[in-house]
Amino acid sequence: MTLIARLAMRPALYSVAGARAWFCAVSLAYFLRRVATLMPLVLVISFLAFCLVRVAPGGPFDKERAPATPDIERNLKAKYHLDEPLWKQYLRFIGIGFEKRNGEWRAFEGGLVRGDFGPSLKYRNHSVNDIIAQGLPVSLSLGMLSFCFALGFGIPLGVWTAIRRGRWQDHVGSFFSILAVCIPAFVLGPVLIVLLGIKWPVFPVGLWGGPWHVILPAITLGTYFAGKVSRLTREGMSQALHSDFITTARAKGVSERSIILRHALREGLLPVVTYSGPLLADLLVGSFVVENLFQIPGIGVFLVSSSINRDYTMVVGLVILYSVMLLALNLVVDVVYGLLDKRVKYG
Amino acid sequence: MVEATHQPSQALETGESPNRRAWLRFRDNRPAVMASVFLLVLIALALAWPLISSQGEVHSEAQFAAPSGGHWFGTDVHGRDLFGRVLAGTRISLMVGLVGALVSLVIGVLWGATAGFLGGRWDNLLMRTVDVLYSLPSIIFVIVIITTLQEVLERWLQATFGGEGGETARMLLLYAGLGAVSWLTMARIVRGQVLALRERQFVEAARSIGLGTRAILWRHILPNVFGVVIVYLTLTLPAVVLYESFLSYLGLGIQPPGASLGSLIAEGSAQINPIRVYWWMIAFPAGFLAALLMALNFLGDGLRDVFDPKVDKNC
Repeated sequence: MTLIARLAMRPALYSVAGARAWFCAVSLAYFLRRVATLMPLVLVISFLAFCLVRVAPGGPFDKERAPATPDIERNLKAKYHLDEPLWKQYLRFIGIGFEKRNGEWRAFEGGLVRGDFGPSLKYRNHSVNDIIAQGLPVSLSLGMLSFCFALGFGIPLGVWTAIRRGRWQDHVGSFFSILAVCIPAFVLGPVLIVLLGIKWPVFPVGLWGGPWHVILPAITLGTYFAGKVSRLTREGMSQALHSDFITTARAKGVSERSIILRHALREGLLPVVTYSGPLLADLLVGSFVVENLFQIPGIGVFLVSSSINRDYTMVVGLVILYSVMLLALNLVVDVVYGLLDKRVKYG
Repeated sequence: MVEATHQPSQALETGESPNRRAWLRFRDNRPAVMASVFLLVLIALALAWPLISSQGEVHSEAQFAAPSGGHWFGTDVHGRDLFGRVLAGTRISLMVGLVGALVSLVIGVLWGATAGFLGGRWDNLLMRTVDVLYSLPSIIFVIVIITTLQEVLERWLQATFGGEGGETARMLLLYAGLGAVSWLTMARIVRGQVLALRERQFVEAARSIGLGTRAILWRHILPNVFGVVIVYLTLTLPAVVLYESFLSYLGLGIQPPGASLGSLIAEGSAQINPIRVYWWMIAFPAGFLAALLMALNFLGDGLRDVFDPKVDKNC
């Protein structure tokens, strides 16, 4: 804080370069503080997820064919340390603490602090890290594409409905954007498969390969969000178009095109910027429905299946992955917000 | 979207109450009025149909019959009339949505109002909890709640009422679980409103005449939050209906022979194969779901324009 206070005293602040330096210093301090609060938050979230899956009845080995005898199940539990008290299991998961091994006290191996989520309890030949490493790139690329689809369709539609507000173009556009929000992916997916995959075989029906395979899933996943983005854009643009600085710009004779694209859009997009943090986090960790429908080897399927199977380590690993992504993206959103809207004060 | 014929100044002259002004503004919003009429008809039909016909539950030999005069929407895998099934599904979906939204309303309003009104350390604690819950994937919550409480509740229901309690227990949990994951935004909105209202003069006046915290909250603050809450409630409803249909699609929601729109769509898409597509088994439930959600969205948008007229409608 003192650094910032000293910076504020410097006369350099009153020049343009000084103002920029001031802005950077403030946002850097803000950024660092946010990153620092992120760690305890992730810890709390991991603890909650850790407890939540264990609260539910049933265990990871209930559905196994083999462990008919209690002995086998006991051994399995002992192998994965599920017979220990909960606090010890959690410390082991985090990777902080000591235990007596072969008569000597030694630190826990692996654990979250070393970036290790542990072995999957369901797919026991794989670690959670392996499964994430295999599926995440697939889910990431599908998610990125759907994100581009959502913004690429949503923003223009939103702008268009906002500048034609109250006319038939607005009604038609708004109808379609609300329709997009009301058709769930598990309806749109089959419809697209039947029409564009089976009836008129333009696209492959499923699996993951060349660029042609990505299109139907990306549309299925992105349509809902395109509708949502378009509604947000319409609202933000409508408000921006009614603010005083637009009236001033109009009075000065700025062209309509420039008013919309250069002045109003910058403010009108702020709601979309806020929304795109959670949106991107949702898209990047994959979707159960879409990956299931199109048989795509991503990690979206695991989030649902592992919590149904009580694959404890897998659930916690995926929850941490999701929440870290969400928190990081929200941080990025806040920084972008400040770049777009200079009135935002970090503090 | 629609011209607001009732400006505040005009309202002052004619002495209209805020509620009446809101009603007049709502009446002018054609999509919202059409949506509410549609919803009323749909609800009436869904409620009345079991009294008129019990075809939806009757199994018959006519498996996968295409839509015809006898079965308007065709039949499903067990030869049941799809029209009756879709109406039954609509009834369940609406009920789940309504109760889920109400549960989220109660939790969200209490949580947000407490945080906003108490302020300080309590506000910090309550809202940081909301932040943490926001960054957990909600699907895990729902699955855990449903599986954890199911056995307990089932046993309790059997002990109290006897007979088969399983289906009722599942439904109750579905309501509770969906409410329990969708109150977060409501809490944030209510807190923001209460924070602003707390500093207003009428609250100060109420406090200066010696009213207690609870009386101020109930009598002065919460009635003022009403508009925003109603708007957000109508927007939560379609979200909960959609979420329920997703859960039913996963097989976690309504179990056969019960039906919701989501489980009907799941049954329909299970029958898709490259050789033969029973299109009516997806098209009709999906159409009903989309129509229902759209009507709820239009209604919510209309109510927001009424209660939160930030944007000038005269453009």
